[in-house]
Amino acid sequence: MQPVLSIFDLGKTYKSGHKALSGVSLDIAKGEIFALLGPNGAGKTTLISIVCGIVMPSEGAVSVAGHDHLRDYRAARAMIGLVPQELHTDAFETVLATVSFSRGLFGKPRDPDFIERLLRDLSLWDKRDAKIMELSGGMKRRVMIAKALSHEPEILFLDEPTAGVDVELRRDMWTMVRSLRERGVTIILTTHYIEEAEEMADRVGVISKGRLILVEEKHALIKKLGRKTLTLNLAEPMEAVPAELGEWRLELAGEGHELVYEFDSQAEATGVPSLLRRMSDLGIGFKDLNTKQSSLEDIFVGLVHNSQAEPPA
Amino acid sequence: MISNYRGIQAIYQFEMARFGRTFWTSLILPVITTALYFVVFGSAIGSRMSDVSTVPYGAFIVPGLMMLTMFTESINNASFGIYMPKWTGTIYEMLSAPMSPLELLIAYVGAAASKSVIVGSIIFATAHLFVDVEVAHPLLMVAFMILMAVTFCLFGFIIGIWAQSFEQLQVIPMLVVYPLTFLGGAFYSLEMLPKAWQTVTLFNPVVYLISGFRWTFFGQGDVAIEVSMGAVALFLVLCLGVIFWMFRTGYRLKN
Repeated sequence: MQPVLSIFDLGKTYKSGHKALSGVSLDIAKGEIFALLGPNGAGKTTLISIVCGIVMPSEGAVSVAGHDHLRDYRAARAMIGLVPQELHTDAFETVLATVSFSRGLFGKPRDPDFIERLLRDLSLWDKRDAKIMELSGGMKRRVMIAKALSHEPEILFLDEPTAGVDVELRRDMWTMVRSLRERGVTIILTTHYIEEAEEMADRVGVISKGRLILVEEKHALIKKLGRKTLTLNLAEPMEAVPAELGEWRLELAGEGHELVYEFDSQAEATGVPSLLRRMSDLGIGFKDLNTKQSSLEDIFVGLVHNSQAEPPA
Repeated sequence: MISNYRGIQAIYQFEMARFGRTFWTSLILPVITTALYFVVFGSAIGSRMSDVSTVPYGAFIVPGLMMLTMFTESINNASFGIYMPKWTGTIYEMLSAPMSPLELLIAYVGAAASKSVIVGSIIFATAHLFVDVEVAHPLLMVAFMILMAVTFCLFGFIIGIWAQSFEQLQVIPMLVVYPLTFLGGAFYSLEMLPKAWQTVTLFNPVVYLISGFRWTFFGQGDVAIEVSMGAVALFLVLCLGVIFWMFRTGYRLKN
């Protein structure tokens, strides 16, 4: 199937000489939720800004449903809605006016019924005549989303959608993203909240220092890179890990009450059975044990850490 | 180049609504300014002035007064219109919308020029309360007014894109255009100046603009109407050229 968004070898060097992006290639399928993860300054916003036409790329190409985003920018941009990271709003405009304005800007005919539904979905209808400057930060964020959705885009970019947002709005936002997906809208979100990517995304891309260092289906990613931790609650506390258990590189935790063993769950031999056998040979008893799958966050921190340890290309 | 008419309409209405919010101040300000000028220049000083080649002094200053206000209004409105979205960050929406640069230009400059023409007309109407002004070439006068409004709004648009602070936004209208207009014969004829100063003044481009507008009123100006027309066209083409270059390079709009 033709991807709805195709990014090829995209690079951006700012006038200051700062290389924000290099060699980024990425295909997004229609209807998928893609999470772009990365630390601050990794190039997430630059990538989105290029696709949306706010920043000029230094090299590479972007195609939106087959439309080149520079040559055929009208068709490309008409399909895209953008919720930027910052709350850029016109303070003196009313909610209804600013959302209707956005729809017009994107060349769509007036549709008061649609705008009303949109504002109701985002719990903004009661505030439709309020000036934006009178709204709270969370409400402003909702207005930004309403503006981005006002022209019924097929691709929605959410740049750090839940940064500084309360629990209720975050939950609403996730509900909204899911219902948009049911309607076939493709969603690309950037975040540095891993839980968000884990909760919502089908695929995850990790960006670090302007390079896309990994793109993977979320579950495959967790499985592939997933490390597990085995924690043993000891019957008797110990002061140090016995030398006989040295090959497992165990760590002592909980003031000597716990032995922690980290292992690769995909490996042929995890080392767990042999560890337990050796412990029973040594007469080390334990009351309880549990294993924990590492989260995306652990994976992510590991990846970014590794990529930053490499010498710059 | 132009196809997103709804987009143009959206920005135009947005801008006009912005002016609408300050409707009464925008309306009353030019009326008061005009009245003040007529009290000072028209009655107090004007009564002691001789006619400027058959035109009474009070009537003589009407076109200059209109131009002076329209120049500054045009530049301020147009530069503010495009500078504000840059400053608040809402420009992201214009840049990500399916709008061509030309469409953006038409919408912003169109709105600002509309306001200038309205203000110019208010001054014209107010002037009638104080003096008798007859317009020799009404059609040309209207055309000249619109052309001046558009040209100076284009100029303001350039300043708005160029400016990176409110100070920069003010510096050109206050330090360049206002003095040049004052010295460009807004309130006097070049004939009133000593010979040497007449020559110097001819280097002031605003002289040609004001002279042309005055010609549409009284059928006479400091320079020939053809020269004035040429100057207007040159200024217009210059502004369009700079804007074309700005859009092509993304100057101060896109990184």
